[in-house]
Amino acid sequence: MWVWFHKFGSPRYFYDFAGRCIPWLGAACALLMAVGLYLGLFVAPPDYQQGESYRIIFIHVPSAWMSMFVYVVMASSGAVVLIWRVKLAEIIASVSAPLGASFTFLALATGSLWGKPMWGTWWVWDARLTSELILLFLYFGFMALEAAIEDKRTAARATAILSLVGVINIPIIHYSVYWWNTLHQGATVTKMDTPSIHLSMLVPLLLMAVAFQLYYATVLLIGTRTELLSRERRTRWVAEVIRNS
Amino acid sequence: MSAQEFFHMGGYALYVWPAYALSLVVLTGQLWAALRRRRKLIRDIEVQNRSPETHT
Amino acid sequence: MEPSTLTALWALMRRDLTLAYRHRSELLNPLLFFVIVVSLFPLGISPEAKTLQTVAPGVVWVAALLANLLSLDLMFRTDFEDGTLERFLLSPHPLPLLVLAKTAAHWIVVALPMIVFAPVLGQLMFLRPDAYWALLATLILGTPVLSLIGGIGMGLTVGLRRGGVLLSLLILPLYVPVLIFGATAVDAAGAGLDVSGHLSFLGALLLLAITLAPLATSAALRVSLS
Repeated sequence: MWVWFHKFGSPRYFYDFAGRCIPWLGAACALLMAVGLYLGLFVAPPDYQQGESYRIIFIHVPSAWMSMFVYVVMASSGAVVLIWRVKLAEIIASVSAPLGASFTFLALATGSLWGKPMWGTWWVWDARLTSELILLFLYFGFMALEAAIEDKRTAARATAILSLVGVINIPIIHYSVYWWNTLHQGATVTKMDTPSIHLSMLVPLLLMAVAFQLYYATVLLIGTRTELLSRERRTRWVAEVIRNS
Repeated sequence: MSAQEFFHMGGYALYVWPAYALSLVVLTGQLWAALRRRRKLIRDIEVQNRSPETHT
Repeated sequence: MEPSTLTALWALMRRDLTLAYRHRSELLNPLLFFVIVVSLFPLGISPEAKTLQTVAPGVVWVAALLANLLSLDLMFRTDFEDGTLERFLLSPHPLPLLVLAKTAAHWIVVALPMIVFAPVLGQLMFLRPDAYWALLATLILGTPVLSLIGGIGMGLTVGLRRGGVLLSLLILPLYVPVLIFGATAVDAAGAGLDVSGHLSFLGALLLLAITLAPLATSAALRVSLS
């Protein structure tokens, strides 16, 4: 098992392995998205209360899930960076940050677009949206700290600490914001949490969630390979790769 | 559902379609940016390898 | 003979407090900032007692939070600049404990005056009479958490040239739980409701921060000074 783990730490091995994975991941992503969107937009019936506007959840919910998932990946990579100083983990954390921020932004934007016909305003300090907004700040903080430190390895360790502190705080922030929101419930009742979701809506939702995961994996691997080439540009294996490409 | 009904989205077209369009833009944008960065890096390394070895 | 860790911590605290006292003209700055920020709200919103009373808990808390944030520089900046910080890293005593001692000194210098002065600001904002004790209780429990979390941010940015604004971006999201529970506790107390739950939560945050934050700050300092 440790041999396997050690193999993945090797830039060259990972580069080749990832290169073989990407087409499959990309194809699976495209397929699932096509099926998911078809089922979500054409087959699933309109919602009893929200009509057709609920169809935004097929983007909103997967984005929100991914925004959290990617941060956990970053924090886990951060732990690996701090404990074992694995360069690959440094790269994964760094490449993931803008992706995670994009998911968070999409969750906020689609949430806002979903909410406008419901609440009448473009923004509401609802628990989920407020939590996502704070998460966006955490992502920006990560990227800003990374940009402020010149040496890549130092930056990786600093942002690793930040992401670990963040990941511990996220449940606390989440809980605090939800609790805060319930205190002022009268003003806005969020219709975002459907108590029981119909199967015809659940299936496309789950398909889209998996599709988003595959998308993240695909773009992450592409970015990681690029960064690997950059960091190892003076080695022979990179020269060989360049010659063959 | 007719094509017209589909695009109309029960009156919510103004919200649903921009949501999907924005997602499309962001997701394809990130993908395209990643591919572009890769291509640029490969070009840069090629140039660097071709030119005579400069002091690191 | 090597001094015991406890002696070292006490000496460190005394040193920081002495240094702060030597620059006592600057000591007032966080407090003045606190007062000025609170004063801005009536000017920006309305002088009406009813309006101000509604926002008083939040305003006082946000002002305290910002005053604490802006004074974080005091924690490590001068030590970093004159090389003392590097010597801390080489010390035989555990760095997290040294950090804890410095944070405690920082809290005494910055937060304690604010806590003492807070009731006066409560008056300015027409804070409800039942809320005063809650204001003090939440500040006493919450401001150490702010200093401890702030220490992490300071550890990460102390070596950076324009770390000030970055520090705010990093730290403010982490301050949110303290703000939420602190401000709503004061608000609830003003309405005569029970706030033992809020205070328990703040107490829990404090314990969590005391145990974990110095570890993170030490790690951050080691990275910054590497």
